[in-house]
Amino acid sequence: MSDYRTGDPIADTKAPAVALENRWDERKFAAKLVNPANRRKHRVIVVGTGLAGGSAGATLAEQGYHVVQFCFQDSPRRAHSVAAQGGINAAKNYRNDGDSVYRLFYDTVKGGDFRSRESNVYRLAQVSAQIIDQAVAQGVPFAREYGGLLDTRSFGGVQVQRTFYARGQTGQQLLIGAYQALSRQIDAGNVELHPRTEMLDLVVVDGRARGIVARDLVTGAIETHLADAVVLATGGYGNVFYLSTNAKGSNATAIWRAHKRGAYFANPCFTQIHPTCIPRSGEHQSKLTLMSESLRNDGRIWVPKRKGDTRPPAEIPEDERDYYLERLYPSFGNLVPRDIASRAAKNVCDAGLGVGPGGLGVYLDFADAIERMGRPAIEARYGNLFDMYQRITAEDPYRTPMRIYPAIHYTMGGLWVDYDLQSTIPGLFVIGEANFSDHGANRLGASALMQGLADGYFVLPATLNDYLGGTRLDEVSPGHDEVTRVETEVRDRISRLLSVRGTRSVDSFHRELGLLMWDHCGMSRSREGLRKALDRIPELRAEFWRDVRIPGAAAELNQELEKANRVADFLELAELLLIDALAREESCGGHFREEHQTPDGEAQRDDEHFSYVAAWEYGEKPVLHREDLTFEHVHPTQRSYT
Amino acid sequence: MKLTVRIWRQAGPATEGRLVSYPVDDVSPDMSFLEMLDVLNQELIAHGEEPVAFDHDCREGICGSCGVVINGQVHGPERTTSCQLHMRSFADGDVVDVEPWRAKGFPVIKDLVVDRSALDRIVQAGGYVSAPTGSAPDAHATPVPKPDADLAFDNATCIGCGACVAACPNGSATLFTAAKVTHLSLLPQGQPERARRVLDMVDTMDAEGFGGCTNTGECVAACPKGIPFASIASLNREFRKASRTGRG
Repeated sequence: MSDYRTGDPIADTKAPAVALENRWDERKFAAKLVNPANRRKHRVIVVGTGLAGGSAGATLAEQGYHVVQFCFQDSPRRAHSVAAQGGINAAKNYRNDGDSVYRLFYDTVKGGDFRSRESNVYRLAQVSAQIIDQAVAQGVPFAREYGGLLDTRSFGGVQVQRTFYARGQTGQQLLIGAYQALSRQIDAGNVELHPRTEMLDLVVVDGRARGIVARDLVTGAIETHLADAVVLATGGYGNVFYLSTNAKGSNATAIWRAHKRGAYFANPCFTQIHPTCIPRSGEHQSKLTLMSESLRNDGRIWVPKRKGDTRPPAEIPEDERDYYLERLYPSFGNLVPRDIASRAAKNVCDAGLGVGPGGLGVYLDFADAIERMGRPAIEARYGNLFDMYQRITAEDPYRTPMRIYPAIHYTMGGLWVDYDLQSTIPGLFVIGEANFSDHGANRLGASALMQGLADGYFVLPATLNDYLGGTRLDEVSPGHDEVTRVETEVRDRISRLLSVRGTRSVDSFHRELGLLMWDHCGMSRSREGLRKALDRIPELRAEFWRDVRIPGAAAELNQELEKANRVADFLELAELLLIDALAREESCGGHFREEHQTPDGEAQRDDEHFSYVAAWEYGEKPVLHREDLTFEHVHPTQRSYT
Repeated sequence: MKLTVRIWRQAGPATEGRLVSYPVDDVSPDMSFLEMLDVLNQELIAHGEEPVAFDHDCREGICGSCGVVINGQVHGPERTTSCQLHMRSFADGDVVDVEPWRAKGFPVIKDLVVDRSALDRIVQAGGYVSAPTGSAPDAHATPVPKPDADLAFDNATCIGCGACVAACPNGSATLFTAAKVTHLSLLPQGQPERARRVLDMVDTMDAEGFGGCTNTGECVAACPKGIPFASIASLNREFRKASRTGRG
């Protein structure tokens, strides 16, 4: 019995059929405009205030639209983009090292293991340079050289220095730039902000997205907000794994409920495992903390050559160390892309060579760099990361190597969107990590910030005009049957959750789900393991709805209820994720199927059968719609970093 | 180790709060302070009681969501955020008091959760550079001397947690506002709105019910991000200058 049905193929019809480098200009020119005087008559809902949502809200408001913006945090400045450390890519070629829009495009398509759309990636590379200009104009304090010009560094998977950064807090600084632009529009009355409010469902009227149903997290009130278009900028769903580098509140509810209302979900099994995370310290662990990938610029990764070598690292002589990345991938060395570095770490740990508690760790060693450049230089570059590491582990990384291990970090999958960033529900746009576009099966470092801001500042504001300018939208009254129906469903679901009154906490379910996913759908996956997890999840879901215990009431601040709502969705999404992983009979990017590997253990892609985006339609059984990927410019080859 | 935690429980803004004592066993020194609260909450849920509400999100010390007063000190005995404080800072058998931020500008919502939206309104009053999307010149058209860029950065690292307000005997938001003003007034991009920015932000700070600054310095001692004390002097200088010239 198959787990899914196959439906008609799907295609992106919005990218114009002209030369790659002209597509975005052509699309912008062909897009319908909305007369400035008419813009204020349009209400646009933006859910999420991270890099994508914050920049979109600010820009749409500048254009004259009336923006209604939501975030579940107490302030828009706290969206999880704030935690991104390393940097943001841009094809500025300020270093004169041979960078170009085409090279950034090329690196990104290749880095994504040929599972992204050429049109989208090219546009991303084009817009990248403008993002830096915009951020600098807002006063984002990027790192600078003594001459007053911007400094750059390099990141995994590339051989040029195109990454702009602000110490180890690049995400924070870019987010604050967008937040300040948004704040300006709030003050001007163009943005109506609803903090501590969570979207719980999507209102679709006559086939178009026309609003959301949300819960005020302080009072518990269920409210409907209507608009002419809805933009989801709600981030990724990595917390389905429980332990991840995502903020605790990051969840899939907005995109999952939109999926259940008709938006296709693309490539859910493409999750990125980040190689440089601080290993977990015990059962109590609530989340994982990342160390920026930029550390691999100067840190060298190694393990002891001998199994069970428990000597302190300093006592292990040079010739008894295995600098395995430098050995296996001499031309990229420690700077190989994330999927390659993560899998290599797993392989050495699986072989019994791992270090630290449980053998789940490898060394990231700065001894050479400190000797070469001196401690002050390292402090200037990575000081705050070293402090953070020391605080968490109580070990001094200036004296002893850091221990790192891979962890769930980013989800390349998300709601399917066309070139206009519109989902399969007209009027529902999805931007940033919440959509599936641009990164393919693996995301290169410093490209998440780039995509979030490209979508929010530049792409969406152009394509949304086209939708609003070209669509006749009748007013939807708050008493419309469909509005009442969705509201009632939301209320019923909350009452149902609260009425279970069982014995197990929400967290206990979430932990069990996460462990199951990590064991069977983490860094490597097999048919057998995926099948095992698929058998267990429906049972776990049934148990959840039979036995979950949620104290408190609906009409108050109730954090257990918030979590339960989200975990209920993770329990559904997890199943689709597993089905997608099972259906993709190849290894590519962050997706490593044990059945499909080269003789030397590298990922074995199957372009003939799997060069497509898997877009899933919600149903009794999920329906798979394939979008074929064509490569006219970057021809798929075995990715080699040797 | 075993601890006794005494936590501020308050059902809502209008109800009275009080410290309630709970034993917490099996505390590992590697746990963060918030993970210790997670463990306590799991216990409370198992016993059919309501868990303690507290704000938290990234748990990496950068989002600024978390923040509680621990044994009378904001964010606890070390200079960091509550999520990055680890239980190795405590000893077996300790009694630990946990309270919400206390300030007129931060009304309590529930238990340890307070409303810090007033800080957002201070930023909305002028804490930005008006640079609409698409109008920016090339980034290298405006060089910034490295020392200025670095000092701007030191101020821009503020995470808006509100510890400065909670630590201040006057409940003042001056360090927060000073960080914002200093960050932007140091950069060439921030010049045109310089006078208007500081006047509007300071007006809003006062209107939101935050107290005045008496240079006590508790804010700086408590700031997990090390915002410099000199920023307050810089705010005062900016304010005096702008008061003479007007909003410009």
